[in-house]
Amino acid sequence: MNKFITVAPSPHIHSGKSVERLMYGVILALIPALVVSVFFYGIGAIAVTFISIVSCVLFELLIQKFILKTQVRISDGSALVTGMLLAFNLPSNLPWWIIIIGALVSIGIGKMTFGGLGNNPFNPALVGRVFLLLSFPVQMTSYPVPKGLSTPYISNIEGFTGPTPLGILKEGIKQGTPVSDLMKELPSYLDLFLGKLGGSMGEIAGAALILGLIFLLIRKIITWHIPVSIILSVYVFTGILHLTDPSQYADPLFHILTGGILLGAIFMATDYVTSPMTSPGMLVYGIGIGVITVLIRVFGAYPEGVSFAILIMNGFVPLINRYIKPRRFGEEVKNG
Amino acid sequence: MLKTFTIGGIHPSENKLTGHEHIVNLPVPDAVTIPLSMHLGVPAKAVVEKGETIRTGQLIAKGNGFVSSHIHSSVSGKVLKIDKAIDASGYKHDSIFIQVEGDEWDETIDRSDELNHRCSLSQKDIIQKINAAGIVGMGGATFPSHVKLSLPRGKKARFLIINGVECEPFLTSDHALMLEKGEELMVGISILGKALNAEKTLVGIENNKPDAIENLKKIAGKYKNISIHALKVKYPQGGEKQLIQALIHREVPSGGLPVDVGTVVFNVGTAYAVYEAVQKNKPLFERIVTVTGKSLKKPSNFRVRIGTAVNELIEAAGGMPQDTGKIINGGPMMGKALSSTFVPVTKGTSGILILNDREARRKAVEPCIRCAKCVSVCPMGMEPYLLMALSEKQMFERLESDRVMDCIECGSCSYICPANRPLLDYIRLGKSSVGKIIRTRKK
Repeated sequence: MNKFITVAPSPHIHSGKSVERLMYGVILALIPALVVSVFFYGIGAIAVTFISIVSCVLFELLIQKFILKTQVRISDGSALVTGMLLAFNLPSNLPWWIIIIGALVSIGIGKMTFGGLGNNPFNPALVGRVFLLLSFPVQMTSYPVPKGLSTPYISNIEGFTGPTPLGILKEGIKQGTPVSDLMKELPSYLDLFLGKLGGSMGEIAGAALILGLIFLLIRKIITWHIPVSIILSVYVFTGILHLTDPSQYADPLFHILTGGILLGAIFMATDYVTSPMTSPGMLVYGIGIGVITVLIRVFGAYPEGVSFAILIMNGFVPLINRYIKPRRFGEEVKNG
Repeated sequence: MLKTFTIGGIHPSENKLTGHEHIVNLPVPDAVTIPLSMHLGVPAKAVVEKGETIRTGQLIAKGNGFVSSHIHSSVSGKVLKIDKAIDASGYKHDSIFIQVEGDEWDETIDRSDELNHRCSLSQKDIIQKINAAGIVGMGGATFPSHVKLSLPRGKKARFLIINGVECEPFLTSDHALMLEKGEELMVGISILGKALNAEKTLVGIENNKPDAIENLKKIAGKYKNISIHALKVKYPQGGEKQLIQALIHREVPSGGLPVDVGTVVFNVGTAYAVYEAVQKNKPLFERIVTVTGKSLKKPSNFRVRIGTAVNELIEAAGGMPQDTGKIINGGPMMGKALSSTFVPVTKGTSGILILNDREARRKAVEPCIRCAKCVSVCPMGMEPYLLMALSEKQMFERLESDRVMDCIECGSCSYICPANRPLLDYIRLGKSSVGKIIRTRKK
């Protein structure tokens, strides 16, 4: 038989996993939260998501093709994920041109400056989000009131916007109102869990986000370490504060269901590129995010702090990778 | 909960196409090529000359020193020449070419099928017999068995561990042996236990072979101190260190040997060869080889004379498929791709796997997305992504401190990588450079 055969080193088989499949898995996991958002915020949620995704993918394409002059890799789905996550971190009534600026910062500064997928130290969607928060504080914090499917897209008019639960809490505490009184003004836990509150479009629906988490875990796209360590550390830290003075500090469940803890813990902090490589490293990173978030919320100027906490801990990831190693085989020799 | 090792691991599709195929004797070929180096250690020295007439089972090459192995003829006939020949490694090595005439066995070999239970030899005599029969580790590592059995002074093997895991996808030669030669196998295992004076013998078998587990459990009832353990299916459980951890929860220290945790591990194939050598006086000159592949017409488990060319095995399994893309000596995870089918089966050949064009193709390498999957599957608890980067950058000191020499080359990292990165290729390069540095330091 005259035929060429391949001679290559082992292993000779592959799992069939691919970057695209992982990315599209993340997108699938985000769908329930998107549906809830549309249900409460109407057409605006679709518009913001659409504008964000299209501009992220487009910017990546343009930068790869005309500035970096490298292979165009938009089909790997990573820009799509960034676009979707950026949208989830924005209010659903944000003007289109601000979204486009956010996409440019996310992809351009957050990702491509560092060499594209795999090289960016900070979560691109959060870089975009924080840039917008600092540049357009008014538009970024006038959240639409959830009025159902019929909510118009541009609704920055009186009666259509309102503060987030965390905003109400922060203001109230500043004015000396006890937390128990403030709680009466706030949505019930059930509403918080189902998504009937003001906020960024992706952060509102606890139930839908947890559904996404279950999907990610079953498909082995992420492991439990980061989400669980963030949520648990927020719970424990705010729980201790709540026990010391219930009139000053809200209870831990309230903290977990508001202000993007779940979105951050499940989808933002678990970004492969910007999170640690070992399981113990992931736990340290997650606890760091949880603690910094609570510090910002309770003692800082902003009502919420997940985005900042994740970006700060992103900065520590190289250090964590350098010093926190996996458990080595043969390290703990048990002779019994 | 079934036992298994605790760090890392993967679960590739098992593809045990030949799991229920009986062992078939492959006809004696017209000619064989027997390499003088089929074992780890110094190559053997030929003791026959061109033109000499020899019998099946006759010693044709003597082990050269302690860490070496004797080689016996697998056929009867005439020595054609002693010359270089390409073997499975792809390189030329000294080999003995034999033209087959009939099949006349050395008369000292007991060819009956009768089971011989009794062994009254001393420890020393058993090891001597195993050495004389040229037995090496048949799981693939081909380390001379008599060396393994001669423990360093002051070391003791409390546990004898028998590896019936066969975690490589596709391969079933050990499975077939455990099903069909269970009685003989258990005698071989008990002889190994005696040679080591081991307190306990544990046989580990993955749970995807329930018939083999049941068969051996039934037979083991007749023996003292031999227990059969079903293990959860997880690759690379057949790795010596992983198997020891799964069975007795001890970890062989970095750079150490199994005997450092009081164990010695043998493959079931080796234990069967020990039975034949000690009880039947039969040296190691044939073995079970799985010939398999999805495109192959008749995937089979053959009993093959050592030195038979691989293409004869493929012919007997239905011929080379049209869409052949890669021919592998061994399993898909750790086997070596062959550059030719005109290479001989050796003592370490557990299987020949034929992959089709589609399976043989490697996918395009993409940038690392730092998903950490390689770290989570590494059974040695290392960071393959980092080792690859350090190897690319030739940062050998950090490679060493990040334990590159612990790598068992199981390939789990390359297997799982969604960006198709050739992690193990680079780790091997790094390992070989670091190994050289360590050796020069010792001098």
